[in-house]
Amino acid sequence: MTNVTKVPATPAQGRASAKKELPEHFKAYRHVWVFVEQERGKVHPVSWELLGEGRKLADKLKVDLAAVVVGTEGEATFGAAVESFCYGADLVYVVADPVLADYRNESYTKALTDLVNTYKPEILLLGATTLGRDLAGSAATTLLTGLTADCTELDVDADGSLAATRPTFGGSLLCTIFTLNYRPQMATVRPRVMAMPKRVSRDPGRIIVHPLGLVEDDIVTKVLSFVPDRESAKSNLAYADFVVAGGLGLGSPENFQLVCHLAAALGADYGCSRPLVQKGWVSSDRQIGQTGRTIRPKLYIAAGISGAIQHRVGVEGADLIVAINTDKNAPIFDFAQIGIVADAIGLLPTLTAAFRRRRGTRAFPSARLAEGGARP
Amino acid sequence: MHTVVCIKQVPDSAQIRVHPVTNTIMRQGVPTIINPYDLFALEAALELRDKFGGETTVLTMGPPSAEDSLRKALTFGADRAILLTDRCFAGADTLATTYALATAIRKIGKEYGPPDLIFTGKQTIDGDTAQVGPGIAKRLNAMQLTYVSKIQTVDLAARTIEAERRSEGGVQVLRTRLPCLITMLEATNQIRRGAMRDALRAARSPIEKWNAHNAGVEDISKCGLKGSPTVVKRVFAPSARAQKAVLVEAAEQPERALIDEIFRHQPKLEAELAASARDS
Ligand SMILES: Cc1cc2nc3c(=O)[nH]c(=O)nc-3n(C[C@H](O)[C@H](O)[C@H](O)COP(=O)(O)OP(=O)(O)OC[C@H]3O[C@@H](n4cnc5c(N)ncnc54)[C@H](O)[C@@H]3O)c2cc1C
Ligand SMILES: Nc1ncnc2c1ncn2[C@@H]1O[C@H](COP(=O)(O)O)[C@@H](O)[C@H]1O
Repeated sequence: MTNVTKVPATPAQGRASAKKELPEHFKAYRHVWVFVEQERGKVHPVSWELLGEGRKLADKLKVDLAAVVVGTEGEATFGAAVESFCYGADLVYVVADPVLADYRNESYTKALTDLVNTYKPEILLLGATTLGRDLAGSAATTLLTGLTADCTELDVDADGSLAATRPTFGGSLLCTIFTLNYRPQMATVRPRVMAMPKRVSRDPGRIIVHPLGLVEDDIVTKVLSFVPDRESAKSNLAYADFVVAGGLGLGSPENFQLVCHLAAALGADYGCSRPLVQKGWVSSDRQIGQTGRTIRPKLYIAAGISGAIQHRVGVEGADLIVAINTDKNAPIFDFAQIGIVADAIGLLPTLTAAFRRRRGTRAFPSARLAEGGARP
Repeated sequence: MHTVVCIKQVPDSAQIRVHPVTNTIMRQGVPTIINPYDLFALEAALELRDKFGGETTVLTMGPPSAEDSLRKALTFGADRAILLTDRCFAGADTLATTYALATAIRKIGKEYGPPDLIFTGKQTIDGDTAQVGPGIAKRLNAMQLTYVSKIQTVDLAARTIEAERRSEGGVQVLRTRLPCLITMLEATNQIRRGAMRDALRAARSPIEKWNAHNAGVEDISKCGLKGSPTVVKRVFAPSARAQKAVLVEAAEQPERALIDEIFRHQPKLEAELAASARDS
């Protein structure tokens, strides 16, 4: 091949050999922090996923894991603080103030950066949600430190530095990024990329309350209203236990219905690959993959999806991947556990019927009772 | 109204291929495009200009070849294009990028009048961080509205803007002060085709090129690789799974064979699926 540029083993300008020379004033920075994101009283589950991951980092570094909870005064905020202990936090920092009721960049950036400047964490993790990305970007710039977005793997190296791995070049490759000489080392992680830790009931530990130091008049941006998404319009794809998805191999939006039918029969959620969103066949909140949702179901059935790397990174956390594809060389068979070389348009309806039949005759006794007997 | 739109030239990553054996990127011949997300920002800015009058300046930091993207933006109807290009910007991470871009935007303000609004895309398809917008806002001490789906009103006299912003669980309607940086959500508009006279003008007009010095950069150590706190130490291909999928082969009733294989592989699933199907 002539048109191959070698990705240097030592990337651009020899940075593989970049050395850690942490300036003296950063040496006081210790402990791992996780920003616990709550909006209108609801904690985003990505926060617990990050506490699970943060726990591992803190144990490796032999330091504490702290949760940071920012919100209005009252039950929701302190509830989130207390709950953080059940997901592994050793201590919790709270900034509670009525002006923090709604997320606003100015007030939340101030709350978070004041905490960082006062208590000096070495690692700070946030969810890569709309809120987390908005906040992380301005916090990192305020603190003049490094921020690695959308990490898929976090670790600490022999030096005790955070090794943050993320996809690069549109997902075709991975790279590992360090913030060697600045603190804190910041990273964001998308929902569902890390496993949900087990919740363990625990008494709350140390809660440190820090003042915001802002009043409403200091905040320029005003929330005029908030229109919550309709409950029915929300897809819970990221957190679904069972997912059936379709790709371009289905050929038409009508055929995509076959995916929805199977999903309905299984009590599963449905999703799709990116081209279907681009064609307008399926709404964008159903897209699975690097630029869509990351899923971690117990069962993932992919029909007519080739398994491009950008799709793969969104589904690899599934317990069991089943692929239906007419091409026995499709890349999806490289990471699915079970595959069948078949025409999905023919197979999906018979599969749907067979699952239904199985429910009627063999297992699912209570379902049979409820429905008054076997289905055809 | 003066709007500045930050656009980035990116490789059309749909066409990037990784060599399966040598694990190297085959970049040559891959066409470059304006980051698709930035076109929503550009269109939003052009719509405001058409409504309020004034000018739209497009700005990019990149190699000399990024001129192509700026020219393309001019054909869509942007009034002025500035290319920020200097060897010292190479290897910039988001923090160093925001330093260079914010410095250039200040300079644009001095030369052509201070911007009322600064636009960026939601994210790039190569960097994909969504950090550069918020970073620029912070450095300019401007307000920021990210993930904007709709600009409701701009009041130039009162120096305010009202806009709808996508949040995790709904839409926030916010009012804030100008100057403000906006990161525009995708699929909120459709980039115009551009008039013939814009195409002609774009072909003729020179693109202003600024190096670090011209842009007003005072501290080179804040630029490029030097100014980047993050260090990429390793680039590698995702590892292949050791085992390929078990392929189910059945001439008759393949659906049954497939279901049997699924439950053989994961016996627990049968009861779990039963419960799930019952609940739904
Ligand atoms: C920056 C970037 C981000 C991206 N993000 C995402 C993302 O988040 N999610 C995503 O999915 N993609 C993403 N992509 C796109 C990705 O690279 C692929 O193009 C896309 O996943 C392919 O979709 P597909 O598998 O449906 O289509 P194709 O690649 O066209 O595959 C169709 C498959 O269907 C099979 N087939 C054909 N007919 C049948 C039939 N009758 N029955 C069964 N099988 C059949 C074919 O053998 C083929 O394997 C991204 C790309 C880029 C560059
Ligand atoms: N080199 C650059 N020149 C101009 N604008 C940029 C550059 N890099 C990023 N941007 C802008 O910042 C946005 C977010 O980029 P990113 O943080 O890389 O996802 C993009 O959509 C662009 O509008």
